[in-house]
Order: sequence, then structure tokens, then C-alpha cells
Amino acid sequence: MSEFFFVVFPYICVTVFVVGHVWRYRYDKFGWTTRSSQLYENRLLRIGSPMFHFGILFVFLGHVMGLGVPESWTSAVGLSEHWYHVLAISIGAVAGFSTIVGMVILIYRRRTVGPVFSATTRMDKFMYAVLASVIVLGLVNTAGQVVADYNYREGVSVWFRGIWRGALYPQLMEEAPLSFQVHGVLAMFLFALWPFTRLVHVFSAPLGYLTRPYIVYRSRDDAELGSHRPRRGWERIGS
Amino acid sequence: MRVMAQMAMVMNLDKCIGCHTCSVTCKQAWTNRSGTEYVWFNNVETRPGLGYPRTYEDQEKWRGGWEVTRRGRLRLKGGNRFKKLATIFSNPKLPSINEYYEPWTYDYSTLTDAPAQEHTPVARPRSLISGENMKVEWSANWDDDLGGSTATAHRDPMLKKIADKVKFEFEQTFMFYLPRICEHCLNPSCAASCPSGAIYKRSEDGIVLVDQDRCRGWRMCVSGCPYKKVYFNHRTGKAEKCTFCFPRIEVGIPTVCSETCVGRLRYIGLMLYDADRVLEAASVAEDQDLYEAQRSVFLDPFDPAVVREAERAGIPRDWLDAAQRSPIHALINRYKVALPLHPEYRTMPMVWYIPPLSPVVDVVKDTGEDAEDTGNLFAAIDALRIPVEYLAELFTAGDVAPVDRTLKKLAAMRSYMRDVNMGREPNAAIPQGVGMSEEEMYDMYRLLALAKYDERYVIPPAHAEQAHSLEELATECSLDYDGGPGMGGSGPFGEGSGSPTPIAVENFQMLQNRQSADTLAGPAGKASRVNLLNWDGKGAPSGLFPPKSQGPGPVAPGSTPDTSDDGATGSGGTGGLTGGADLR
Repeated sequence: MSEFFFVVFPYICVTVFVVGHVWRYRYDKFGWTTRSSQLYENRLLRIGSPMFHFGILFVFLGHVMGLGVPESWTSAVGLSEHWYHVLAISIGAVAGFSTIVGMVILIYRRRTVGPVFSATTRMDKFMYAVLASVIVLGLVNTAGQVVADYNYREGVSVWFRGIWRGALYPQLMEEAPLSFQVHGVLAMFLFALWPFTRLVHVFSAPLGYLTRPYIVYRSRDDAELGSHRPRRGWERIGS
Repeated sequence: MRVMAQMAMVMNLDKCIGCHTCSVTCKQAWTNRSGTEYVWFNNVETRPGLGYPRTYEDQEKWRGGWEVTRRGRLRLKGGNRFKKLATIFSNPKLPSINEYYEPWTYDYSTLTDAPAQEHTPVARPRSLISGENMKVEWSANWDDDLGGSTATAHRDPMLKKIADKVKFEFEQTFMFYLPRICEHCLNPSCAASCPSGAIYKRSEDGIVLVDQDRCRGWRMCVSGCPYKKVYFNHRTGKAEKCTFCFPRIEVGIPTVCSETCVGRLRYIGLMLYDADRVLEAASVAEDQDLYEAQRSVFLDPFDPAVVREAERAGIPRDWLDAAQRSPIHALINRYKVALPLHPEYRTMPMVWYIPPLSPVVDVVKDTGEDAEDTGNLFAAIDALRIPVEYLAELFTAGDVAPVDRTLKKLAAMRSYMRDVNMGREPNAAIPQGVGMSEEEMYDMYRLLALAKYDERYVIPPAHAEQAHSLEELATECSLDYDGGPGMGGSGPFGEGSGSPTPIAVENFQMLQNRQSADTLAGPAGKASRVNLLNWDGKGAPSGLFPPKSQGPGPVAPGSTPDTSDDGATGSGGTGGLTGGADLR
């Protein structure tokens, strides 16, 4: 069982993540958007959205640190285990708190503001459920660090890096507390879900804006709308 | 010199009767879809008035367009690139739907469904955004013909600027209509604001378009455009804007708004301009110099040096001919009667306006004096400062001199041509008084008053090498498109995901969906409906007739194998018709 969840499942999810994105980008560029609902409601969004997004950006960076950087490296630069944890937990708590408050505001808004709710697809609802669970569990793990002492950098992190190198350590995950296990598996599932949700907008972070010229000139190309048969895509059945 | 061609428009405001035909036909052609209910690529505003969206001209509030720094550099008024990215999660300057208006329909079915009752049933307004009953309090044209303007007009940002001189009272009021489309600017701030680089200016004809495949819905263009002519489709999550009807322009026919204009007040043609000098012209220090600065960017298509450079830049010969015959060039640079709308936004707009003389004429007429006499009109132009200053706020950043000159030319044309038409001796002093020759005056009269179709619209088609694929209806797509992505409906990724549909086909289908839907918004079962506009009359596509619940009826052998509920169809003959009639 642990082999399935901690070895097979991650590989399935990573594959779906990569192939799914390539497929979505090729066949659904038109659907690739943030699907903003700011037009309907701005008061709650103005608070909730930046809180959530900036929060989650820091949460992401924290994960890059915690999962991506081996403990030996931070020790080598003279950062002791204790201080690492103090740093990780304090920054993680702030970022996680901001994320979760933002998320609560956004979900409340989505549920209570009529037009926003009616613009929510079933896929959105499912994705929010998974995303919220992952975030809540992550915060539980962070909070748990304060009381119990599980060094994830010798457990979960090693397992996670192993996935990329083909070195499999399911037993490390087995030894981890349950909340870490569920957090990891759900996060993997979220990655598999990713290409089929609005989360794809993460990959359109417009960093190119900083370097491109202000005015873009383009030649009328023959593949433009209205002049050509559309590219092959899927056809919807029903409504 | 880098010569570029720009498709441009001039509107003669004196002729606008405010009938909204342009708006309606444009809406039918382009924005008759769910998600764009509130969108009017073309709208007609009554001025003075708040405009659409409300008070869009107040750039201290909306921060659209460009501004020039103290060091003379041009920058986006809404903030630089870093600020745009930092505020990307919640755009601080996005007008809410209420600033446009909450679109609605009426609950028409109660008119027929309501049980017998004492009072006549009423079709109540229902919001197309939330589906709830709503109170209609504002619309795209709420203050049409100054309706309710005593309550709202004092908020007109342009009137505010001259407010110390005018108390808005109906006794001294003036009024005219201002039809607006996207300006297709030479220096578009919407394109500059787009983080994804999805908005581009076409290098062939200067039309500014949104690449729907690249737009990611950051909404910065909506804030960046000072004219608020980029709209956010709330169903697809993409920005949309006036396309200058490029599929029509490419085949050489005018835009829908122009073609259907009752007053024939729109002119379309090419302008040649020097792309290297746009930035410099947009950066001049004084707002009031922008009109002349922009005019100086335009090139004279008769100048051999310009022609040579244009040919070097790859502009085809027939386009140069069109640029020489361009009514836009004549109105902007030869007669100098067209003025840009809000040059102070520094976007170098390319839809220009001939300011209306009618507020002045009306006043003279009301006094009982001869309203076609130059002396009277000139005196009135000088005396009626309020309308003239108001026009100047719109067209020249407040500088009344160019507006005065233009109005006097129009007044002179009226008087001069009256003599001609009455068979009297034409008075050569009149054109001279406004710096024109008699021949020029007659030519201007011909262009403005007679306004022949082929003189109003000088549109060279896009190059014929691709003629087939440019046909407006994208002929490769036919009936087999029914049920395709264009038929709408909400997939797992949201409205409109999937590949894009050719514009014309999509619109016909959307139009048909909307017109045949029984529900308010996002009608169910759209995919099973038939697009009669695309039906070639052969056979009976499934869904042409309602489903038959009972009774035998001929089943068309040629009908498409379709498992939808509407699968049983008639053969296109009377059998099918009666089968359908059973249910209705």
C-alpha cells in the first residue's frame, strides 16, 4: 500500500501534470486564463486575493527550501537545525496564515456573492476542496512542528528528492506522521488535477512583461481568427 | 522615417442623430453573447453626460492612458511595469460592472404563464449577471437625450473642468451625440499595459487586436485604456475589444457601424504615419500641443519621398493610392476640420471627430436670426463660449482655437453653399475668410454633405494572395460546425474553453443561441439547437424540429447519426412539420 501511495502514485501524478499541461496548452489556449471574477465583486477580492496569492508564493518558496535543499547544505553554511526550524516555522506560519485567511475570504466570497458563485464550475469546486485540504494540512504540519518534533528534512524531504532521482524511499514516508502522509499524497493529487483546472494560470505569470517593448506589433497572420478553420480540438457533448 | 499605414475613422458629429443604429448593429454582430451582455464596442453618448462606463474620462480616478514626467519621459498613468505586476492579483483601477451597468432581460414568460388574476402580469427585469430580479437603475445610455441630466450631468468630468463658468441648467443647455468605438491608437496604452503581450497592433493596417489565445485575463488593459474600450468577457475570462471589423475591412467593406450608419457620418480610410516619431509626438510637454503634434506624425501620401519610403516599407501600391484618396487624410490634414478625441491621454487616437456646429446653429435659430449667415454664425461661435469650451475639452485638451477654426469653416461652408444652391452669386470672401479657396470649400462640401459611399469609404482590401481565406464567412466551416465548440456551453474549464471558432460562424451561432433560448443566461441544451443561418436547405438536421413524444413520423434517412434527444427528425417535408406541430 505504501508503495502505491508513495512510489507509484507520485509518478502517475507527475506524468499527468506534465502531459496534461502540454495537452492543455496545445488544445485549449483559449481556455487558459485566470477566469477573474473581479468584475462581479471587488471589495472582498481586493483583500482576499493578494493575501492568498502572496501568501502562497511564500509557501511555495518555503517548500523549495524545505523539500529541495538537503539538510547537509544548510548545515554547511552554518545554519543550525534549531535556527532553521525557528526560521521555517515563523516564516511558514506567517505565509500560511496569510494564505489561509485569504483563502477563507475568497471561498466565502465565491459562495456568497451570487454572480461569482454562478460562474464557478464543478471543476472549480472540486479543485478548491483539494487545494483547501492541502493548505490546511500543511498548516497543521507547521503548527505541529512547534509541539511534536518530527524532522521532515530527514524524512519527507529525502523521499521527495528521491522521486526525482529515481531513488525510492517509501519507508521514510511510512515513518512520517499521518498528517504529513496525507498532505503529501493530496498535494500529489493536486498536481495531477492541476492541468485541468484554472490553476494553469500559474504558468502564465507574465514575467516577460518586464522586458518586452510596450507596444507589440504583429503582422496579420493567416492562422488568425476568422480566416481559418480552427485547430483540432475536442468537441463538447451536451451542455 | 518608418512609414506605416493606419486604418482610421472620422465621424462628422453634426450629422449624428443619436439613433444608436451603429451600436445595435455592432452589438448584433460582435457582442451578442453571454459574457458580453454589458459590452458595447460601439456606443453613442449624449453630451454633456457621464458616458459609458460612468465618468470614464476622469483619468485622475481611473488612471488610464499615458502621462509625461517632469523629465519629459512618457509613462503609463496607471504605474510602471513593476507596479502592474505587483497589483496583478487585484487590479486596483478596474471599473466594476455597476460602472458600466448590470445587464438585464425581462421575465417575459410570466406574461403568458401567469394564472388568471386581477391585474395584468408584468415582465420583471432580471439580471443577466446574477439571474435575480433587479431594479434597473443605470444602463449604457441612461442619460440619453439629457434624460435625467439635471441629476447627473454635473458629474460629467468635462463639464467639471469648465464648471466655474457654467451652471448646468436646461434653459442654457446644449446637446450633441458622441458615437465612440476603439480609437485604434498609434500609441495604445492598453497594449502597453497588457502583461501577457496579447494586445498587438497589426503592422499592416494598425488595427489593435486582442489575441484571444494569449490573453490570460489580467484585466490591466481595461484599466490602461483611457477610453475604456477594452472589455472583460466575464464568461470566458478574456479581454475583448472593437476589432475595427477586420474581417470586413480585409475584404474592403466598411465596418458594421459605418455601413449601417443612418446619418452616413462615418468616414474610413488610410493614414500614413511615421512610426519613428510617434513616441516623440506623444511626449510633448503641453497637453494642448498634442493635436498639432499628432498631425505632424502623419505623412503626406503625395510626397514622392514618402511614397518611396512607403514602397520600401512594403506598403503595396494600391494602398498608397488609397492613402492618397483617403477621406481621413483630407479631413485631418487638408481641410483640418477633424479633431482627435482626448489627445491629452497621449495615446494618439485614430478615430477623429468633426465637432458639431449644431449647438451654435440652434441658438442662432432660436433667436430668430438667419442661422446660415456667416456673420451671425461667427458672432455666435465667439459668443457661445460654453459649448465651444466644452468641445475643446473633448477634442483639443481645452484649447479653443482649433475648435473655433473648425466651427468657422463649417459655418462658412453653410453660408457659401447656400448662395450656390440658391443660384446666387457665390461669395468668394467667405472661403477666404477661413483660409480656404472656393474649390477647396466645394470639395469639402462634397465630402461632408454629399458624402458619396465610395468617397466616404476608401478601403483597400488586404492582399489578394490570401483572398479565399479572407472571405468573411470563413467558408471552409459549414454545417458540420453545429455542436462544435462555438455552440457554447460550459465545459469543465469554464465557458468558451476549447479551440476558438471562426468569428463569423461563432457569432451567427451565438446570436442564434441567444434568440432561441428559453432561459435567461447560459441556456441549457444549446448544443441540440440548429443554426438556421448556416442551414443550406438540404435535408433536415437533427434538432430542426422538436422531439416527437408519440406517433409515427418519417425519420430522415439522411439525418446525421446523432444520439441527442432531438435525434428523430422529419425528412424536411410536411411529415416533419406536422410531427413538430403536434407539440407546439
